[in-house]
Amino acid sequence: MIATRERGRSRLRQELPREAEPPRLLGNLARWLWLGVGVLALLLFFSLAGDDWFTIVNYCLIAAIATLALNLLSGYTGQISLGLAFFMGLGGYTAALLGGNPPQGALDPWGLGLPVFIWLPAAGLVAALVGALIGPSALRLRGFYLGIVTLALVFIGNYLFRNLNFITGGPQGRNFPVPAFGGFSLDQQNSIFGIALTSGQQYFLLILVILLFSALFVYNLSRSRVGRAMRAVRDHEVGAAIMGVNLFEVKMGAFVLSSFLAGVAGALYVSYARYVIPDYWSLSLSIQFVAAIIIGGIADVWGSILGAAFVFALPQVIDYFSLLPPSTGGGGLSSGDLNALLYGLLIIVFLLFEPGGVIGLVRRLRPGGPRLQAAGASANAGAATLKEGGESIEVVDLQQRSSGPDEGQGRRGTGAS
Amino acid sequence: MAYFLQLVFAGAAQGCIYALIGLGFSIIFKASQVINFAQGELLLVGTYVVASAVLNWHLPFLLALPLGLLVTILIGLLFERLVLRRMIGRPPFTILMITIGLDIILRTLVVVGWGSRTIPAATPFTVTSGFNVAGVHLGSSDLWTIAVTIVLCAALYYFFRRTRYGLAMRATALDQEAALAMGIDVRTVYALAWGLAAAITTLGGVLLAIDSLAIDPNFGNAALVAFPAIILGGLDSISGAVVGGVIIGLTSVLTAGYESRLPAVVGTGLHEVTPYLIMILILLIRPYGLFGSRKVERV
Repeated sequence: MIATRERGRSRLRQELPREAEPPRLLGNLARWLWLGVGVLALLLFFSLAGDDWFTIVNYCLIAAIATLALNLLSGYTGQISLGLAFFMGLGGYTAALLGGNPPQGALDPWGLGLPVFIWLPAAGLVAALVGALIGPSALRLRGFYLGIVTLALVFIGNYLFRNLNFITGGPQGRNFPVPAFGGFSLDQQNSIFGIALTSGQQYFLLILVILLFSALFVYNLSRSRVGRAMRAVRDHEVGAAIMGVNLFEVKMGAFVLSSFLAGVAGALYVSYARYVIPDYWSLSLSIQFVAAIIIGGIADVWGSILGAAFVFALPQVIDYFSLLPPSTGGGGLSSGDLNALLYGLLIIVFLLFEPGGVIGLVRRLRPGGPRLQAAGASANAGAATLKEGGESIEVVDLQQRSSGPDEGQGRRGTGAS
Repeated sequence: MAYFLQLVFAGAAQGCIYALIGLGFSIIFKASQVINFAQGELLLVGTYVVASAVLNWHLPFLLALPLGLLVTILIGLLFERLVLRRMIGRPPFTILMITIGLDIILRTLVVVGWGSRTIPAATPFTVTSGFNVAGVHLGSSDLWTIAVTIVLCAALYYFFRRTRYGLAMRATALDQEAALAMGIDVRTVYALAWGLAAAITTLGGVLLAIDSLAIDPNFGNAALVAFPAIILGGLDSISGAVVGGVIIGLTSVLTAGYESRLPAVVGTGLHEVTPYLIMILILLIRPYGLFGSRKVERV
């Protein structure tokens, strides 16, 4: 951003990708201003919003963590995954097993009653571990094949969740633990430093902190050597391998980290909802996250958050203002349907016209943004990559030259028989 | 023994349906290297149209069926023309996602239009029609399913081997540039593939609906069970789709039939995951499937 704005510098300096800027969070006045506005908005929301709004926003923040997880794997590393719901479920049930109350009767699901700072990380770790076990065989497959295998995971997971009654409570579902720090439980009103906080506010703080850490982690990772390797793998595997990127390591890393974040998000979700049935971890949940990363912005932290807000908060907001009649099952447009129609349509529109998603659109239209570059790239009809948020990366450019439609089709032709 | 034979017969019929749906996937994949994730919802829309035409508009089944096929063919052609043609040359990730977009839209439209309740499916048969052979009940719907599949496969075989357009499709699948150089209109081939796939899949869906008597907006998930079938057969193999479909159908029905006799540890619903377990096994040991070409996306 800064580089493109300073016209006096040499051309080379101007064309440096955003990753090459020194990593400063608060580089100039504008960023300080934005940060101030953001903090102010958060404070206003925090002190003024009612409980209903906290419910909407908290679910949305949890969804943003899971969207980041998917973006790490699919957006940055280019591995199609429809299995996010499976890993979220793993995290959720790990949390339930470790943190849940000990069973009262013989049929109750198990629970060890451990505190939150054990079950929350454990949820991520178990999901990551399963990811690490599945990864080596799944990641040998590419493109559609990986998508179909991860889709199978969702179904196999659903079968397991329905039958492992002692953990999941079977098809009827089970209760989940509330985060508690000693005698300080998040489901009741507590006072911190003399300020009385409702349950929704406390959850909000907890989730916001976790989301901030995840977002900062993904952001920093994406700017590092590993992040560049991930994009290289996404844009051209063979090219990346030739440049010395260890494909297996990078893919496995992304898969395991993504599973970890998904597990944490799953644990947070179920502990906030307090109750869940196995059917919740369905294919359509996975697909909603796919919609979120495409609409928000592929390979972009802000894009993940915006996308999650759009896909997961919109129906609740519509319901909150009762803009549409509730769903009766007898047809007619409900808020969920309107939302699904919108995001289905937006997936197609964005992929056709603005593959960078909402955030790409914002970055392109912003004064001083890389408008010219982006316009040039979209004029190049062979642009075969998902351009992210107006960034131009060297590898992306290489990819465009080496895999235009002609070559791509030629290569394809030899594959079929 | 009669129970086993009964299951085999039912499994074969079910397998034929998966074969038809799988054929839809393979034809599109062969022509344009795209996995059409919206296949299941094309089938869903078609089945709902047929059911509506029979139950609400009181059309005879044989008139309703072509109507349903026509609607899905139109959707397929329009999507191919308006959306996918602009996506040529984009990575598979993007194309898969865009078909997911169509999938969401079609499914929601069905929910909005018909509601999310279960509705009866249109059927030209009564449940009990058919006849018994050696203690095995051969239902007419199952018999028709098998017959239709066999006839359709023969017709497709003829189409791909003998007719002008069939040969054009195969040539395009083999080498797109060479096909273009030979004067084949690749755009027609793409459109043909989408129309053909939509029609065959819908036919499979209507037959499945007859078999299951009722449909709801989750009916399109049947197409997801056809994924294991095409992976098993080999994504780019037409005959593989049929063989894979039958194997998956047999496995699924046999597991369902003997599930209650398995130890309690197995739990319920095993037959819903056996196709996927077989698929994962196949992908581990022979990722190009039983009949697919050896070049496979694998690193």
